[in-house]
Amino acid sequence: MSRDSAAPPSQEQGNGAGRPVGRTDRGPGLGWLRESRRVLQGGVPSSPFLRLFARWVRRPLLPAVRLWRRSIQLKVVVTTLLMSLGVVLLLGFVVIGQVRNGLLDAKQRAAQSQARGGFQVAQDKADTASARSAQDGGVADGRTQNATVWMSDLVEQLSSGGQSAFDVVALSADALDDTGSIRGPRASGGVVPVQSVPVDLRRAVDETAGSPGGLYQSYTRITYASQASQPGLVIGKRLNDPNGDAYQLYYLFPLTQEEKSLTLIKTTLATAGLFVVVLLGAIAWVVVRQVVTPVRMAAGIAERLSAGRLQERMKVTGEDDIARLGEAFNKMAQNLQLKIQQLEDLSRMQRRFVSDVSHELRTPLTTVRMAADVIHEAREDFDPVTARSAELLADQLDRFESLLADLLEISRFDAGAAALEAEPTDLRDVVRRVVGGAELLAERKGTRIRILGDEQPVVAEVDPRRVERVLRNLVVNAVEHGEGRDVVVRLASAGGAVAVAVRDYGVGLKPGEATRVFSRFWRADPARARTTGGTGLGLSIALEDARLHGGWLQAWGEPGGGSQFRLTVPRTADEPLRGSPIPLEPADSRRNQGAQEVEQKPVRPVAPAPRTDVATTVLHAPGVGLARLSAAGRAAGSEEGADRCRLPSRAAPRPVVDPTALPGSGSRVVARSGSAEGSREHVVDGTAPVASGAAPGGRADERTEGTARAGREGEGGLRGE
Amino acid sequence: MKGRVLVVDDDTALAEMLGIVLRGEGFEPSFVADGDKALAAFRETKPDLVLLDQMLPGRDGIEVCRLIRAESGVPIVMLTAKSDTVDVVVGLESGADDYIVKPFKPKELVARIRARLRRSEEPAPEQLTIGDLVIDVAGHSVKRDGQSIALTPLEFDLLVALARKPWQVFTREVLLEQVWGYRHAADTRLVNVHVQRLRSKVERDPERPEIVVTVRGVGYKAGPS
Repeated sequence: MSRDSAAPPSQEQGNGAGRPVGRTDRGPGLGWLRESRRVLQGGVPSSPFLRLFARWVRRPLLPAVRLWRRSIQLKVVVTTLLMSLGVVLLLGFVVIGQVRNGLLDAKQRAAQSQARGGFQVAQDKADTASARSAQDGGVADGRTQNATVWMSDLVEQLSSGGQSAFDVVALSADALDDTGSIRGPRASGGVVPVQSVPVDLRRAVDETAGSPGGLYQSYTRITYASQASQPGLVIGKRLNDPNGDAYQLYYLFPLTQEEKSLTLIKTTLATAGLFVVVLLGAIAWVVVRQVVTPVRMAAGIAERLSAGRLQERMKVTGEDDIARLGEAFNKMAQNLQLKIQQLEDLSRMQRRFVSDVSHELRTPLTTVRMAADVIHEAREDFDPVTARSAELLADQLDRFESLLADLLEISRFDAGAAALEAEPTDLRDVVRRVVGGAELLAERKGTRIRILGDEQPVVAEVDPRRVERVLRNLVVNAVEHGEGRDVVVRLASAGGAVAVAVRDYGVGLKPGEATRVFSRFWRADPARARTTGGTGLGLSIALEDARLHGGWLQAWGEPGGGSQFRLTVPRTADEPLRGSPIPLEPADSRRNQGAQEVEQKPVRPVAPAPRTDVATTVLHAPGVGLARLSAAGRAAGSEEGADRCRLPSRAAPRPVVDPTALPGSGSRVVARSGSAEGSREHVVDGTAPVASGAAPGGRADERTEGTARAGREGEGGLRGE
Repeated sequence: MKGRVLVVDDDTALAEMLGIVLRGEGFEPSFVADGDKALAAFRETKPDLVLLDQMLPGRDGIEVCRLIRAESGVPIVMLTAKSDTVDVVVGLESGADDYIVKPFKPKELVARIRARLRRSEEPAPEQLTIGDLVIDVAGHSVKRDGQSIALTPLEFDLLVALARKPWQVFTREVLLEQVWGYRHAADTRLVNVHVQRLRSKVERDPERPEIVVTVRGVGYKAGPS
């Protein structure tokens, strides 16, 4: 009797039989009491005790269940066993029934003819006896009185021919009253007459009083005085004795023999059935084994194939289905191997080709290069036209060289021939080297390069040559496009990742360009003259280098507000990246500065106003991003970082967080409200973390960027910088 | 000044151009185009430095380098068109002191050649010990228990650089500058390969170095003496 959980506790306690569901426990002790009571009463299925019990029962069965689920062989064998057992049982019952019927029928026929003969004899005897008594006349009475004797004689006489194959019982006609009758029951062979003949039969025999000649039979147990009772067949008939009185004569045929035969047949059948079942099981086992073994082999080999052991093959014998499976499997494996080998060959060929081209091109190029340099050195002796030509020749050779080098490098990436040689490296050294190398260019451009976050070692397992190449590219790009303003290189490490971000305050990037900058031979402005040589492959190679490290290379930028390129690599090689310690969008972006200004204004209602000057709302996993962000701010160790730490906590209802700075920024929901036109747009972004034109979600990303940029353009107008 | 340079290159145009540049810088170049003839030419001319193209008809550059190194410690600079690590390391392991990737600028080439030849200046008499090794800088010999160990000039320079400041950990870049004479950072694989070659000669057990010790993540330093 279970009651609703809302039942008041007093009632529960008053009513001893009432068992609450127990979710509204007022106290631990009480709850325990209720639980135990419930279990004692048999409990509800949801009871933890019962569940425990069920688990306890199930646990030892689990391996068997697992085996059952996993093994076809076991399933087939068990099913075969059960089904063949059923069939054998059915068959056994039918066969035994038929044999029994047959046996009994035969016995019955034999018994009937025997009995019929016996009855005839008895009738004849009675007739002759009565005829004789009719002739003798006077003596008849005395004889009649001796009917009992006559009957005894008759029983003896009839049964003597049977040689214990049957017994004879004579009973008085007035069926059910034997005790008082003068003509008591007679029986041969120690049969207890009254008990051996069923009452129903006697009644039936009696009913034929008028018309003698009907034979009645019945199965019964023959009871012996001296030995155990036996099943038997009783055939009875109503006859008249010499006096003309009716009496019942029964032939009792014991079925001992038949029973013995039947038992024999039963045991034989049972033994045979058992053998059949066991053998069928064994046969099923063997047969299934024949099928399952190749399947298992195929499974094993498929596993090994997928593990890269392409030369694995199945053994094929014969031409049956299994063999066909094996052949098909082997063919598949062979084709697979062939294709993979082809690809490998192709890759090797590509590599060879690249290597050969590199050699074949480089040797003459070296000669040209040296010749051009010699000419270039001597240009002062030339006339102005020739001197200028010499200069152009040398310059363009430089460009040609770097283009060739980049082309070869990128084709090496395409061929999958690029190998990472990671070693623990302090990125500060790399950054300082890169900055040192770019110093000359920076001076020419009037740019100052600052390094932030280099107070502590920033060590990661990287290939220093590649990382240096990436950073050199980023720094040189930043200086080139920085329009003489400062370039900030920021280092940070947090969690399992280290990051270097290169920030410039130059022309920035237009909407959608953040992903396109990594495309090969892409140029920000085709109309713009290229002052400095660049191959157009630098960032593509940088992106490939970052990927080789399992890292990200991402770009952010706003038109007129500069750009930031961020390289994030895992601290230890082969560790997946989950986030970057530096937000992609710098804290001093116009958008973020706009947000800061908003924060300094009087506090607004929490609900977002339809028109806000800062057009960004970023929804994200609560807490995580903020924590990560503030950690990043701390790691950056700069004023901007401190600002960033403060910013989100105050702006909690409308956090302005760089979406890409979230850990696992693979998927993010960005809802932005209020672009310049005050329209509201929701952008769901599922891009891969590494921004790239080739990324499947490239379009979506561009859209985000575009929206963001649109918003920022609006802000730009508002802020009026 | 010593300046005989043997140029082993099959590309006649490049060889000629190299000749022009080298002569312009005051070297005495001699040429051989075939890898099989390189060794004979080397014995004949006894150059102060060998410029060796990695890909040659007949014996290739690696093999020639190995043969020359077997009988002389003369500086060998490899010219290679391949900058893949495998190729570079194979070249260096065959005994080359330095390598230069085509296409190179003449100035770069000359700087490398000069850096290799620079050490011919007479050093001051100096005795250094590193581990159980005794280094006679002026005599250009390294001895362990009186047994002298044959080192190439470059390996010797590397060992001396480490032994002079046993308290200092040298980054690969610093070693590149001090031993190879690179102004700007170049390929640190040079250092790795040569440190290994050096170890195979001076260490009792190169698997567990005691003379040139690796400082993980930083560089190398001399072992305690």
